Amino acid sequence: MKQVFGYPESLQNRPNHYCPGCTHGIIHRLVAEAIDELQVREKTIAVAPVGCAVLAYNYFNCDAQQAAHGRAPAVATGIKRALPDRIVFTYQGDGDLASIGMAEIVHAANRGENITVIFVNNAIYGMTGGQMAPTTLPGQKTTTSPYGRDTATTGYPIQVCEMLNTLKAPAFIARVSVHDPKNVMKAKEAIKKAFEYQVNGKGFSLVEVLSTCPTNWGMTPVEALKWLENNMVPVFPLGTFRSLEEVSK
Amino acid sequence: MAKVTFNEERCKGCELCVSVCPKQIIHMADRFNSKGYRPAEVIEQDKCIGCAFCARMCPDVVIEVYK
Amino acid sequence: MAERIMMKGNEAFAEGAIKAGCRFFFGYPITPQNEIPEYMSRRMPEVGGTFIQAESEVSAINMVYGAGGAGARAMTSSSSPGISLKQEGISYIATAEVPCVIVNVARGGPGLGGLTPSQADYFQAVKGGGHGDYHMIVFAPGSVQEIIDLMYEAFVTADKYRNPVMVLADGLLGQMMEPVVLRDWEDLQIPEKPWASTGMVAGKPQSVINSLGLAPEELENMNIRLQNKYRTIEENEVRYEEDGVEDAELIIVAYGTSARVSKSAINKARAEGKKVGLFRPITLWPFPSKRLAELAEAGKRFMTVEMSAGQMIEDVKLAVNGKSEVEFYGRYNGAIPSVTEVYQAIMKSFEGREVHK
Repeated sequence: MKQVFGYPESLQNRPNHYCPGCTHGIIHRLVAEAIDELQVREKTIAVAPVGCAVLAYNYFNCDAQQAAHGRAPAVATGIKRALPDRIVFTYQGDGDLASIGMAEIVHAANRGENITVIFVNNAIYGMTGGQMAPTTLPGQKTTTSPYGRDTATTGYPIQVCEMLNTLKAPAFIARVSVHDPKNVMKAKEAIKKAFEYQVNGKGFSLVEVLSTCPTNWGMTPVEALKWLENNMVPVFPLGTFRSLEEVSK
Repeated sequence: MAKVTFNEERCKGCELCVSVCPKQIIHMADRFNSKGYRPAEVIEQDKCIGCAFCARMCPDVVIEVYK
Repeated sequence: MAERIMMKGNEAFAEGAIKAGCRFFFGYPITPQNEIPEYMSRRMPEVGGTFIQAESEVSAINMVYGAGGAGARAMTSSSSPGISLKQEGISYIATAEVPCVIVNVARGGPGLGGLTPSQADYFQAVKGGGHGDYHMIVFAPGSVQEIIDLMYEAFVTADKYRNPVMVLADGLLGQMMEPVVLRDWEDLQIPEKPWASTGMVAGKPQSVINSLGLAPEELENMNIRLQNKYRTIEENEVRYEEDGVEDAELIIVAYGTSARVSKSAINKARAEGKKVGLFRPITLWPFPSKRLAELAEAGKRFMTVEMSAGQMIEDVKLAVNGKSEVEFYGRYNGAIPSVTEVYQAIMKSFEGREVHK
């Protein structure tokens, strides 16, 4: 018998600190598989965010820099400009990227920086204990929206892919989900494609991955996947928003 | 002929693998690992079709699949 | 190669950095330092370097963090309110021990303040400025030539200690033009940086540029390492200039533009027989405390002249530790104190003293 599924080389072989059922672990593995398949592990530099994935450098088997909250795209810009032949990616949550780091992500995208952004959207602040995020759904209860997100005073979930897709420079923008095996495989394809864009020097690539937070959502991991599918996917439609070849057709 | 193996010490008992197995052959064991979680296990290996759904959904890379 | 040309202070920061091997500049417009990014946007393409006008000061300093962490000689420049915005990044950079250079061409504060020269960012520069126990090394040039020379020293010292270096000047130094000698540094070489995060090529072990220490013991060890480094820097990197301190009864302590004005005022007072000298710190951190303590032991008294409400005076008082009198003369209207004003302050300090002798 041959091994058909095993541990990727680009993932350090150690337990992660994520809560049981947290989909960060799935997304980490997909990123590692993509790096493995493109054979760029030795040239890859990760930029870790502030949030649950702050320790990402303990999991990815590559060099890394840890960035301040929201600043990962600026840090990645500095690294990529200094080492243009390296593969540089950021791994950011929704608070990091879509709230405090909104300026950094928009401008890195607008400059067409040749970096890859893995944007993990689980509609809540995980690390700090379940506060409202810019992507929290209308009516969703969090520790800072205890009566449910009131759109009259806090606005609506920010659709990052749609927003960045108004810019001319980005090369690849896609939104995927990890709520079932079929979608995990699609997510893997998108992540690999994003890295391929960078490897081929095409410019800015971003994959938004809809993700769960069973702990702060107050659900079992299996319930959380269902909640994602039934509640998040309608608000954050899946698909490829930008793919350079398609644009140039 | 397929086989799945579980790195029980890494399992956090989240049951995502259980929920996606098309053959419903994954169960939570009656024992605890050293972290205090009940690990997932497969007893009827002969029913495994090697689809790797369980491995793809596992957030902790617990599962290896052989075919 | 050495040529003598006229150069503006802000251009000297930029060309001084290029001559020091800096090839990465990340900035954001703010008066009165705009000539630095403008010069860099023109010059970097000529030398194969990178210029980015960032979306904010916050982003600019984080680009410096990225490029510096990847092993490059990188810098940013700004002015007071912009430097405030960079403090988060500077704290990370200092803790992650990423070498880089930050230029502050300071203007009057607090708040939005004004556009005119000031030395009111002294505390922010030498006491940390951001959160946590850290230090930047702070150079304070007093002329356009010294700006060029200290930019080279700034990059060398940053690499030597893996520490951010700030070059702090007031807006007057940035805007003034002086003749300078531009030279190529014969010993210019950028050291190997095996710690840098450049990819795990050919089996290189993982490098992580990081300032996180979740476990108390880990965090304390990180801080102990930093503090030990700071003690070494204090031992080795203190720079200052003295003029006429040997026979002086009163020593004016001043840096940058204040030192230039003070020098003229001192000459005027000397001509009238007043025994007054100049002590000019060139490094504001590490501060030349030991030398000032020696001078206090020798019976000298001091007066700081500052374009602020009195900030460096605290470090002078700490240095002399009550052994000597420390007076202050300062202006904080965003204007330069005149020679006459400083002269009058010196003369006032001597009033009544000779009578009792």
